[in-house]
Amino acid sequence: MNRRDFRRFKSGIMVALMVGAVVVAVLPLLLILGTLVAKGASSLNLAFFTRTPVPAGESGGGVVHAIVGTLMIVGMAGLIGLPLGIGAGIYSAEYPGSRLTSITRFVADVMNGTPSIVVGVFAWTWIVANQGHFSGAAGSVALALIMIPMVMRTTEEIINLVPHSLREAALALGYPRWRTSLTVVVRTCLPGIVTGSLLAVARVAGETAPLLFTALGSQFMGLDLNRPMAALPLTVYTYATGPYEEWHRLAWATALVLILVVLILSVAARIATRERFE
Amino acid sequence: MVGRYVFRSMTSPVEVGAQELPGASGINIGLEGRSRGDLVFRWMLTAAAVSIPVLLGFLVFELWSGSRLAMERYGFGFVTGSTWDPVAEVFGALPLIFGTLLTSFLALLIAVPLSLGVAIYLTEFASPRLRRPISFLIELLAAIPSVVYGLWGIFFLIPFLRSTVFPFLQGALGFLPFFQGVIYGQSVLAASIILAIMVMPYIMSVSREVLQTVPASQREAALALGATRWEAAWTAVVPYARSGIIGAVILGLGRALGETMAVTMLIGNRHELSASLFAPGYSMAAVIANEFAEAATNIHLSALTYVAFTLFVVTVLVNAAARLLIWRVSRRSGRGGGAGQ
Repeated sequence: MNRRDFRRFKSGIMVALMVGAVVVAVLPLLLILGTLVAKGASSLNLAFFTRTPVPAGESGGGVVHAIVGTLMIVGMAGLIGLPLGIGAGIYSAEYPGSRLTSITRFVADVMNGTPSIVVGVFAWTWIVANQGHFSGAAGSVALALIMIPMVMRTTEEIINLVPHSLREAALALGYPRWRTSLTVVVRTCLPGIVTGSLLAVARVAGETAPLLFTALGSQFMGLDLNRPMAALPLTVYTYATGPYEEWHRLAWATALVLILVVLILSVAARIATRERFE
Repeated sequence: MVGRYVFRSMTSPVEVGAQELPGASGINIGLEGRSRGDLVFRWMLTAAAVSIPVLLGFLVFELWSGSRLAMERYGFGFVTGSTWDPVAEVFGALPLIFGTLLTSFLALLIAVPLSLGVAIYLTEFASPRLRRPISFLIELLAAIPSVVYGLWGIFFLIPFLRSTVFPFLQGALGFLPFFQGVIYGQSVLAASIILAIMVMPYIMSVSREVLQTVPASQREAALALGATRWEAAWTAVVPYARSGIIGAVILGLGRALGETMAVTMLIGNRHELSASLFAPGYSMAAVIANEFAEAATNIHLSALTYVAFTLFVVTVLVNAAARLLIWRVSRRSGRGGGAGQ
C-alpha cells in the first residue's frame, strides 16, 4: 500500500469511527426511552392519575399527590423566578454598557454552573432552618434560584437579536424608552422569551436534588405550600430506591409521566424557536 | 442623597439615548412626561438585575456561615481524613473528594472521544439533512432528568454491566488493580458510565458550536494542499478551535462534578477508598443528598454544608476557566459568545 492509499485508508477508518461514535451517542437515548415505555406504559391507568399512594406492600395506588405537588412547586417557582429572570435579561440587553450588566451577566454564568444540590443546601439554610420545618415553598425558592440565571441569559440573547433599527425607529417617533422596550423590543421577541421560560420550567420540573431537603416529599395529597409536599422527581427517587417490586413498577410509570412532561415542554420550545429564528 | 440619585436617574434616558443614537442628545421633547415612566421602568429592571448578584452573595455567605463550625473544628484535616462517622463526630471528606474526582475523570475519559467524534462528524462530514436530527436527538439527552438516569441505571444499566461488561473487563484487564476484586453492581464505574452519558450532550453541543466558528478558509487551505477530509479536519480545523474544545470539556467537567441524583443512585454510597472500579464509593454531592435531611447534630449539618461549600467553590473555578477558554475562541473568530447553553 503506498502512502497515498494509506492516508485515504486512515481517513476512511476515522470517518467510520466517527459514525460509530454517533451510533453509540444516540443509543442511550433510545434505550432510556424504550425501557421507560416498556416498563412504565402498562401502569398508566386512571387510578394512577387519580389516587394517592396505598400503604407500602399493598398494590395499586397512584401519584396524583405528586402531580399536584409538582404543578404547585414549579408554578410557584415560575412566579418567583420568571419575572426576576426576564427583568434582569431585559436590563442587560437594554443597558449593555452599564457595570451592573457585566456583573449580573458574570454572576448568572456562575450560578448556571452551580450544582443544584448546593442550591438546595442554600434554600435549606435560608428558609427551612429559619422556619423550622420543610415546605413546598422552600422547594419553589430553590427551583426559582435555578431558573433565574437561565431565563436571564436566554432573554438577553434573544433581545440582542432584535435589529437596532427597530428601536431607533420607535425612539425617533417619540416613544419613551420604556414603551420602546416593552411594546416594540420585548413584543417582537415575546415568542423567544416564552420559549426560554418554557425550557427553564422543563429543566426545573425534573430537578430532584434541590427538593430533597426543602419540599422533602409526602405520601399525602396536600395543597398547602407551607408544608412538606410531594413532587414527581422525588417520588421516582423514593420508589426507585425502595425495596418493593410494586414501588419499582410505580417508579417506572412516574418516570414516564415526568419525562413526557419534560420532553413535551422542551421539544415544543425548541420547535417554536427554530421556526422563528433560523 | 435621595434627591441626587433621582436627579441622576432622570437624566439617564437622554444619556443612554445619546450613546446609542449619535446626534439624538438634543431631542428633549416632553422629558418630564416621559422620564417618570422611564424612571419606574429602569428601577424595576435594575431591581431584577441586582437581585442576581445579591442572591449569589447571600448564597456564598449562608454556605460559609453554615460550614464555619466544621471549618473551625476540623480545619484542613477535613480534606485529608478518611473516616466519616456522624455518631463519633469524626468527619473526613477524602473518600468523597476522591470519589467525585474519580467518577468525573472517568466520565470525561469516556465522553470526550465520543462527543468530539460526533461534533467533528456533524460539522465536517455529515450532510445537512442528517446534521439537525442527530444533534437534536443527542441534545434531548440533556433534557432527561437526572433521577430518570438513576432509575434507568439501577434497573437496566447495572444488571447489564454486571452480567456482561464487568466480567469481560475483569477477564481482559484483570491484571490491573482497577479491575480486580469482587464485582458489585453499584460501583464507581457504573456511576462514571452514567455520568459520561449525561455530560456528553454538553461537550458535544459546545464543541460543535466552537467548530462551526472556524473559518472555512482553514479547511479549504488544507484541502487545497492535498489533505484528505479527515486530515483537514484533524490538522487544520480542530487545532484552530483547540482552546474552545478544551473549554467545552471543562464545562462538561463542571457538570460531572456537581451531578447528584444519578450518581447517588449508582455509586453504592460507601465511605471507602478503593482502587477497584468495581467497588462502591461515594461522592460529595451524593453524601449531601443522602445525609442532609436526616442529619441530627449541628456539627453533622455543618460538615455537610462544608462539603457543599467546597463543591461550590470547585465548580465555580472550573466553570470560570471553561468560559474564559470558550470566550477566547469566539472572540478571535469575531462571533459573539453564546456557547454554553
